[in-house]
This record gives sequence, structure tokens and C-alpha cells, in this order.
Amino acid sequence: MTHSINDPIVETRGLEMRFSLPTHFLSRKKPVLHALSGVDIQIQKGETFCVVGESGCGKTTLGRAIMGLLTPSSGEIYFRGERIDTMDEAERKPIRADMQMVFQNPYASLNPRRNVFQTLAEPIRYLMPEKSGADVRAQVEAVLDATGCDQSWQRKLPHEFSGGQRQRIAIARALVTNPAFIVADEPISALDVSIQAQILNLLNDLQDERGLTYMFITHDLSVVEHFGDRVAVMYLGQVMELATTDAIYRDPKHPYTQLLLAAIPRLEGGSFDAPREPGELPDPVNPPPGCPFAPRCPIAQNICRSERPLLRELETSGTMAACHFAE
Amino acid sequence: MALLDVTDLHVAFPRGKKGEVEALRGVDLTLEKGQRLGVVGESGAGKSMLAFAILNLIADPGRVTQGSVTFDGQNLLELSERQIRRIRGNRISMIFQDPMVTLNPVLTIGKQMIETLKAHRSISTREARRLSIEKLNLVAIPSAASRMDAYPHELSGGLRQRVVIAIALLTDPELIIADEPTTALDVTIQAEIMSLILRLCRDNDVALILITHDLGVVAEVTERLMIMYAGKCVETGRTRDIIDAPKHPYAVGLLKALPQNSAKGAKLYQIPGSMPPITNLPTGCPYHPRCERSTDKCRAAMPPLEHGVACFHPMHENGARDDAEAAQ
Amino acid sequence: MISWRGFLKRFFSDPVAIGSGIVLLILVLMAVFAPLIAPQNPYDLMQLDIMDSDLPPSWRDGGDPRFWLGTDTQGRGVFSTIMHGTGISLLIGIGAVIVQGILGVTLGLWAGYKGGWVDSFLMRLADIQMSLSTLMIAIIALALFQAAFDANIYSDYAIFMLILIIGIAEWPKFARTVRSSVLGEKNKEYVDAARVIGLPARKVMWGHILPNTLTPVLVISTIQVAEAIMTEAALSFLGLGMPTDKPSLGSLIRSGFEFIFSGSWWITLYPAIVLVALVLALNLLGDWLRDVLNPKLRRGDD
Repeated sequence: MTHSINDPIVETRGLEMRFSLPTHFLSRKKPVLHALSGVDIQIQKGETFCVVGESGCGKTTLGRAIMGLLTPSSGEIYFRGERIDTMDEAERKPIRADMQMVFQNPYASLNPRRNVFQTLAEPIRYLMPEKSGADVRAQVEAVLDATGCDQSWQRKLPHEFSGGQRQRIAIARALVTNPAFIVADEPISALDVSIQAQILNLLNDLQDERGLTYMFITHDLSVVEHFGDRVAVMYLGQVMELATTDAIYRDPKHPYTQLLLAAIPRLEGGSFDAPREPGELPDPVNPPPGCPFAPRCPIAQNICRSERPLLRELETSGTMAACHFAE
Repeated sequence: MALLDVTDLHVAFPRGKKGEVEALRGVDLTLEKGQRLGVVGESGAGKSMLAFAILNLIADPGRVTQGSVTFDGQNLLELSERQIRRIRGNRISMIFQDPMVTLNPVLTIGKQMIETLKAHRSISTREARRLSIEKLNLVAIPSAASRMDAYPHELSGGLRQRVVIAIALLTDPELIIADEPTTALDVTIQAEIMSLILRLCRDNDVALILITHDLGVVAEVTERLMIMYAGKCVETGRTRDIIDAPKHPYAVGLLKALPQNSAKGAKLYQIPGSMPPITNLPTGCPYHPRCERSTDKCRAAMPPLEHGVACFHPMHENGARDDAEAAQ
Repeated sequence: MISWRGFLKRFFSDPVAIGSGIVLLILVLMAVFAPLIAPQNPYDLMQLDIMDSDLPPSWRDGGDPRFWLGTDTQGRGVFSTIMHGTGISLLIGIGAVIVQGILGVTLGLWAGYKGGWVDSFLMRLADIQMSLSTLMIAIIALALFQAAFDANIYSDYAIFMLILIIGIAEWPKFARTVRSSVLGEKNKEYVDAARVIGLPARKVMWGHILPNTLTPVLVISTIQVAEAIMTEAALSFLGLGMPTDKPSLGSLIRSGFEFIFSGSWWITLYPAIVLVALVLALNLLGDWLRDVLNPKLRRGDD
């Protein structure tokens, strides 16, 4: 990788996201769900930055906050050095074309009443109003070619397509304004096994052709290993470990990363023979005071239950880990 | 004699005024006592249909049009509803993807377990309670005795699925059919649950039919494997053998397409196209439009399942193993 | 969703749907072409003759072949007044539903999409309005209107007043239906995709969410037309609706009701039959639409 480390395309600083839960209007307690607590990540231009974690870890919230679908409770988000989380819609509009998103469920992410052309033309018409009708048509045709869609699909409605075809259309929609950065939120987890490889290859090819930067959100570590440059492992709204993909797989530092890796079913078999302790995610409304992973952690000490470890760079490998005992 | 013997099973659904479409198009399967079988396929391949057909649970308007399901010498498809209830949920247990299919949301865990037991055994409530707690302990539910009074919604997804497994084990079944039991769960919870199912089956000599789309899970848990495509079994045999040396081009493609089987950064192998819907199957072998080895022969006729593979041009042709024949 | 072909196929395989469709079609055609095909223009005083008053239907003793269903006390042919009256009833029914729809869809969309206090406020308002009966609101409003203006102004504007009052009184039904569909749709990813482009809330609501919530709106529209026609008929029967010189079906029934015991039953009976047929056809068609378009709605409250 040749990109310079000081020039992140997307950066978050101390990102916090709190949701107040609905309560009875007389109740005095105001329960607050901490979806993200203090997330600092930097995504470099041209890389595939993977965010991995189990449900409830905040990985989708992080992606949606960067895309502006959610407003952070505190913290800052930067895109190419510009702070974007405080921008109003008019200021943000020029950036919108450069940031796009691919969603998890291709059965819900396309408007069922709009044909493919309408779906693909809308971002151009809204974000690039200077384009003429002919330009819009040319751009839609080009993006259909680039994503392996047939031109005859333009006048068809989403229900006429299979899941894999729909996901191609959704990717085409994300690409139609020629963005530099794409958040892909579990783009293959709703697809059949034989289709997943098709979509992963497509994303890979598009990255090579267009120099895209991906933020790839997934729960599937085997995909990350193949696809990612760097990985952030999240647990209960915090980044537990941040490292290059190679480092994470070769030498995971955080006990949670180790647990995650051990949970991948292997084609070689044999890793499910030993009994496993039942583990549960702690309640995100009342998170434990110290390390959120401490209740499940095999090496937890008293300090882990009282003091939250911060993400720090380990001297040996350059891996960042939020663990008192990682080294 | 085999514990379960399924021969030439066909399931069809009506379509239009007179027509029918077949969701299962002749499936054979043999399961010995204590054997663990994985059934793998994409959505629409008919793998869940197979589970329902074995239990004679195909819902109207679908029906079994042909074939037999022999469990311990009895054809389940010919039993009366009364007779089959003595087997279903007793000698054969089921675990579904959604625990709430099994759990009744308005009853406590304990009440459901005790009622299940008393429906199949003539024992006292006290004894049923003791057995239930024993099973909850077996599936490693923390503080099992107090969980007996919990309602399903008070438990997390992972714990709920453990309770469902405990219920499935209550009657000491000889066969457990698990339909995507961990698809809705997180990776670490999936590993816990699958490892639990694996050890429980192995230690108690319980046979298992595990329906899943995940080849990794199958490799970890099962001894035998059956790969389904468009309502047919395309390859069957020992799990290890198929994963190491698949013969059917579809099985080859599925395995080659897994990211862990390909070098980092390299292009993944991809099977072109997608599985045809059962309402619109191609002639001959249903896989031929996507197959790189297909010939005119494949377009003309459906290859029979021989030596564990239904293909005219299998890979590793000379490597037909003894046990592949035994599977027939 | 269902294709047009599937829709027509379902329609033509259901005898109830065909039956109510035909009844509705006849009544609508009759109303629309009334000025051309009615044997007499009951509003044209020149065509009326007091000598023709109170004639029984043509097949009875003393009937006149010019007046198939008889005449009323002013000598207007019952058949002709029914043709014109159906038109006025339909006009009020459809007009009121358009008012209801515009109000209800806008407010329901807004409440569902914005959520929070906007939603709470609008839905409580809807609850309050639903708890007062439509008829009661209409009676109060129309009584005031009648008292405030003289009869000529009243008869000129009665149709607009009826449309407005019935329209405003019934908006909560549309608002609730639309709101609940919006709540289901707004969390779908295609809405997020539209927001990622930066589309303003107005465009997301009207361009993306609304088209996906229109199915139930279509269903309740049909039933609401029937309901509005019934409300108008009830008001007219109470003397608060259309004046007798521009009669709707309801005012026809009322004007004949005074003479029902003096033997002139036809003045009331025939408009009543047409009213029942019209309302029944609309309701049956609405039920059928609901079953075809969204079987899940069957368990809903409306």
C-alpha cells in the first residue's frame, strides 16, 4: 500500500452515539443506550477498511454516522480534512456525490415502485443538476456496464430480479455519481453462497478500476481475511483492536479478537470439539464500568472490571488494542 | 438396519389450475444410528423441504407425491397423526432457526419443558422438573433451576436456542433434525451452540441431520454430507472426502468460491448465474447452464446419482471411494 | 404487489366483484349522462307541470307512460330526479373523500415520517376527532351555516359545505392508515439510500415513501366514498343537507317521506333502493379490493 498515513479520507475523533430509549412519560429514569463510545478511526485513501463485530457492537451505527444518516451525540467526523458532522444539508450536498453506501438487504434497499433507470438516475439528477438528460442516460448506461448489469434491466422493476442481481443494481446506484468512498454494510450476508463470491469480486474489481476506498462492515471474519487491508474489531460500541488484516490473523492481541477468530468454522474441522463457555453481550444500557469484554474474558483481572482500557499502540507490532494485558 | 431410510422422496406444490411444481425431485438418504449428516444447499434448493417431509409436516397445499421415509422400520408417511405424534417430538426432535417457533411466549421455560415431558412419558411433575433442570444444565445454561421460571423473552437469542436444544433433548431422541439452528446468531454464539450440538450428539449416540448453507459448520460438525441443488441431491458421501475432493462441479464451485480457499487479494472463483427457480428448471441436469464441464449429454438427461455423485463428468473420476458406494 | 393482468384476472373470476362493478358502472354512467338521457330536467321549472304531481309508477293504475317511476308532489319524475340525485350524491361522496385524502395523507405522512411530538400531537388530535361522531360535527356546523346565511346562499353553497365538512371530519381514517404504512416503510433501506443522496425530507416522503403506502389508501377510499354518501344522505334526511330544489338521494328520500303514509310510497322507495345499491356496491368492491391488494389488512380495525 502506497497511500500516505497522514492523509486519511475519513476520520472520526471521539465519536459518541447515545440513544435515549422510550420510557413511560412518568418514569424518572431515562435509560440511554450507548451505541458508540469514543470511536477514533482513520480510513486511508484507497484501502479497504473493515469493521468487524457481532450484532449490537455499533458497527452499523458507525457507518450510518459517517454517512450522515445519524447525528453523533458528540465527537467529530472528517471527510478529506473537512468536518462534516456539523454541516447543514446545503454545505454537505457537494460532498454527497463522493460518499455513497451499499446496504445489507437487497430486497429492501431498492424502492419497489421504481424501475432500475429511475433508481440510478435519481442521484445524478439531484446531486449533479448540471447534467443534461443525455448525460444522465450515458452515465446510467456506463455504470450498468461497470457493474455487470444488462442494459435491458433499465425498464424493469426490482421484483423481477434475484438477490444477487439486486445487489448489483444497489452497487450501481452507489457508484453512479463516481464516489471516492463507499460504506458497504454487510453487502453479501443476505446472499446465497454461490452469489457472495460474485459480489465480492465485483467490489474488488471496481476498487482496482476506480481507486475506491471502502469501509466494509461485516460479521464474517473469513471475508475480512480475503478482502480487507485493515480491520477494526468492535465490541459494545468500542474499538477493541485495530490492525492490518495480516497482523490480526497472524497474531490477534485482544482476547475478544482471539475469541472471534476461534469461532470461525474451519473446513479442516476439529475446532468445535472443545466445550465453549456461554457468553453474552452485556446490557448496552448499563455497560460494565471497566472493559466491556471483562465479563467474558478468560484473562480478566480486577483492573479490567474497574478501569476501561484505552486503545493504545502496542510496541511490538504496531497493532492498536484496548486491553490492559495485550502486548 | 439403518435408523432412517428415505427413498425416492418427491414433494410437489400445486401451481395454476392443474399443474404442479416439484420442490423435492427424488431424494434418497440413509442415516445410521448416531450418525451426523449435513444437508447443504442454497435457498430454494429444497433442504428445509426435506426436513419437513421426513417429519411428514409438509403443509397444505404441498404434498409428498412419491417415496417413503422409514424410521426404525416404520414408514412415517403412512402413520396416522396419532401414531406419528408418538415419534415426532419424542424419538425425533427438531431445532428450528427461530427459537420462537418452538417456544411459547406466554409460558415459562419450565412449564413448557415439563409439559413436553409429560406428554411423552408417564412421570410425576416433580420428576419431570428434575429431568428438565438436568437438561438445562447439560446445555450449559447458567443457574438452570432459576431459569425454569423465566419467560422466553427474558432470555437472549443464544440462551433461547440453548433452551430449544434442551427441549429437543428432553425425551432422549434418537434423531435430531436441526434446520439452520445458528443462522440468526452471532459468530461466537454459533460456535458455542454448534459445539454443544456436536458434543451432545456424539456423547449420547444421537443421530443428527443438520441443514445449513455453511460448509464450514458442516465440516466441523458432521460425518456425512449431502449437497442439494434444485430439489435434488447432487453429491453425497463422507464430509471429509467431499470437502477434500469434491466431485460434482457444483460442490467444487461452492468450495472454491469460499474466501478462505483463495489467496489474499486474488480473484475469488465464482459460479456464474444463480440457481434456477423450481418453477423454471432447465432440461437435463439443473446445473448445466452454470457448469463449465457441461456437454450436450447434460442438457439432454438428468445424470443418475452414482458413486455418490449425480454428474456425467465428475471431477476426480477415478477416485470413486468405497464408502461413496456404501452411501447408496 | 399484483400486476394489472393478475388484478383483472382476479376481478373477472369473482362474481361478487363483477356484480358490484356492474351496479356501480350503471349508476355512475346514469349519473354522468343524466343531463343527456334523463327523460325530463327536474330543475327546469318550465318542464314541470303541477298537473303531473303525485303520479304512481307507469305500470300501476293511473300511471303515466312519461314517468316510469311516478312523480313527486311538484310533478318531477322520480326516475329523472334519481338520475340527477345520484350524481349529486356521488359528487359529494367523491369530493369529500378527496378532501379527506389530501388532509389525511399529508398529515399521516408527516406524522409517520417525523415521529416525536409532531406524531403525538397529530395522532391525539385524530383520536379526539374520531371520538366525536362525524354526524354530530356536521349537524352543528351545518345548523350554524344555515342559520347564518339566507336560503339562496345556502342552496348555492350547500354542496361545497357538505364536501368540506364531511371531508374534514373524516381525515383521521386516512391519516392513521397512511401513518402506520409509513412507519413500516420508513425504516427500509431504500429510504436510507434516498437520504444518503441528501434528498430533502419532502422529496423522500412524497417521492419514495408515499407511492409505497398507496395500496391501503386506495382500499379505504372506496369504502370512505360509500360512508360519505351515507353521511350526506343522513344529513339531507335531517334537513341539513342538500336543499329540495337540488336534491341528492338523501333529500329525495326525505321529501318523499312526508307523503309515505298518504300512499305515495314510490317517491321515497326508489331513491332509497338506489342509495342502498350504490353504498352496497361500493362497500363490496372495497372489501374485494382489500382482499386482493393486501390480505393482511383484513384483521385491521377499519
